[in-house]
Amino acid sequence: MARQPSPARVLTTTVAAWIVGFLIFFPILWMVLTSFKTELEAFSTPPSFLFFHWTTENYAAVQGRSDYVHHAINSIVIAGGSTLIAMLIAIPAAWSMAFAPSPRTRDILLWMLSTKMMPPVGVLVPIYLIYRNFGLLDSRVGLVAVLCLGNLPIVVWMLFTYFKEIPKDILEAARMDGATIGKELVYVLTPMAVPGIASTLLLNFILAWNEAFWTLNLSTSQAAPLTVFIASYSSPEGLFWAKLSAASTLAIAPILVLGWFSQRQLVRGLTFGAVK
Amino acid sequence: MKHLVRALRGVAFLGVVFSGAASLMAASPSLAETTLTIATVNNADMIRMQGLTDDFTAKNPDISVKWVTLEENVLRQRVTTDIATKGGQFDVLTIGTYEVPIWAKQNWLVPLDNLGPDYDVSDLLPKIRDAVSVGGKLYAAPFYGESSMMMYRTDLFQKAGLTMPEQPTWDFVIDAAKKLTDKSSEVYGICLRGKAGWGENMAFLTAMANSYGARWFDEKWVPQFNSPEWKKTLTTYVDLMKQAGPPGASSNGFNENLALFNAGKCAMWIDATVAASFVTNPKDSRVADKVGFALAPNTGLGKNANWLWAWNLAIPAGSKKVDAAEKFIAWATGKSYTELVAAKEGWANVPPGTRTSLYQNPEYLKAAPFAKLTLASIDSADPNHPTVKPVPYVGVQYAAIPEFQGLGTTVGQDFSAALSGAMTVDAALAAAQSSTEREMKRAGYPK
Repeated sequence: MARQPSPARVLTTTVAAWIVGFLIFFPILWMVLTSFKTELEAFSTPPSFLFFHWTTENYAAVQGRSDYVHHAINSIVIAGGSTLIAMLIAIPAAWSMAFAPSPRTRDILLWMLSTKMMPPVGVLVPIYLIYRNFGLLDSRVGLVAVLCLGNLPIVVWMLFTYFKEIPKDILEAARMDGATIGKELVYVLTPMAVPGIASTLLLNFILAWNEAFWTLNLSTSQAAPLTVFIASYSSPEGLFWAKLSAASTLAIAPILVLGWFSQRQLVRGLTFGAVK
Repeated sequence: MKHLVRALRGVAFLGVVFSGAASLMAASPSLAETTLTIATVNNADMIRMQGLTDDFTAKNPDISVKWVTLEENVLRQRVTTDIATKGGQFDVLTIGTYEVPIWAKQNWLVPLDNLGPDYDVSDLLPKIRDAVSVGGKLYAAPFYGESSMMMYRTDLFQKAGLTMPEQPTWDFVIDAAKKLTDKSSEVYGICLRGKAGWGENMAFLTAMANSYGARWFDEKWVPQFNSPEWKKTLTTYVDLMKQAGPPGASSNGFNENLALFNAGKCAMWIDATVAASFVTNPKDSRVADKVGFALAPNTGLGKNANWLWAWNLAIPAGSKKVDAAEKFIAWATGKSYTELVAAKEGWANVPPGTRTSLYQNPEYLKAAPFAKLTLASIDSADPNHPTVKPVPYVGVQYAAIPEFQGLGTTVGQDFSAALSGAMTVDAALAAAQSSTEREMKRAGYPK
């Protein structure tokens, strides 16, 4: 039987965890606080933490200048669409690599990962030209495709590591009972790998939501997601920190809410399988 | 085999999904009216223009406007990719004076010959007009122009018994900066750009070097960082900032220095003239009523340490909406726009630095106490003859060649390292010289 930790130790660990948690969360908290300051207070030294004149004028200014809802819908469609398609492709791919490996499986996995090592700007012009020719510039479809392809290697890798943890014997037993590959995937493998799939799905959604290079370069207005919305408030010539903070707070709000509600799955998924 | 067939079916299904969706996007209904997509930067004057678009669309009901506002560096990358690949995503571009001559020579821009009878081209400030013209043809219309100048705290100068001349020398500025520094109360004699980048520290340092008689290249495009003039420039800058600059100056750009100045931490600041309206605005600045202005310093060699820049509106070549784009540009950069801004937002908010008539307008001169010095600063910068010794390039704080962005940023990193103490001045100059020599050779200069 494991020894119960002493109350002092529990207290120390709790306090340390809270301090670390607060430090990690502090930049986000600071951004939220700044969004409620005036531009003058946003850069005042020493900075005021809570005792300042609270105002919502920045949110009003941001809403008056940009169409937040339009950008947010684009973000949801692009991040959601790319995640779903990536999962549809990656689950069978990871299944075949985990349960029916060939001598080349390892090499294929490494090759897939190696595509992430190239800086995206290296292929910007070819992709831009392809998109121009196919009329995909500034379209949600184009962004869904590029983000889906960009995140696929990570999704396949994550699912592969989760699937590897599942005993092959269970799948074999299902096969003995006459399950087809489709049934085996849907009724046996997927329910067992739900935490892994859920966390992969969430992480992929967050990655797609935050992706700024392709979304900034391949969209202008119709398909512009929240990354473009934030970029429109950054300025090297003029102090618009409070407005930028308000725009950023609005941009991360949906993903923050999603993360809050799904933290249990996220943590469970991350501590399940080989990605620990 | 069975699996392979299924996999192929899956791929085919996804292909159908993608192409179907793509064709749906392509088949979106076309509008009878012309929609202009305008790419611009997030500066106060541009945002104001965005807010006044209704005036344009009311006068031109067949044209609607879509704005794409981006941060300067993102915008530059975005529009460069689009124009180089003829992507056709934008109908009007906001570009700087650096891009105009390079892009015009590449035939990437439509010459602006047809801005209408009311568009008074001769009213544009001559230096700005030169900067956006190639071969006598206007390739972009200036929306606002700026130079750089000295901004200083009149109260601190008075307290120290100093008087800022209208045309200070570097010797005066260095002495005053040392006298005005009071590190115990966090007041620093001078704030200057230190953040690495061709448009950041190198804009200031190139302009400062011009005043010390230095130049980027000689007539045969040979880099000149091994010259005594550059050594004097960089040594003076690093020593001055160490003695009288704020801590962490190597990461300060325009915004950081603006925040410091507005918070009352800088006695002097040399930067863009557009800052004058920020530092004198009581909503933004704690020292709004204590700011004086002077020309950027010199060393008596005939060149001041000030630059010349303008944000301009241009039409990418191949645009199918040239007529509507020209109408928009004529509206946004014409004289009537100035009056519109004045009527709606006051004269102090009118975009500065593009038209002679603005500087003859008594109402504007009354509302903008910095107007006279802004004009004098713009007039004293000459992009065609930016240096004491002759040079083969055009541009005051840059050389208008495509390679400059990369060169300027690399050299900027070396000079920022010299400021932070990570490199000596000699090592930074040697590194700048060798990297610039190498890149210019690779780019095939002299051409």
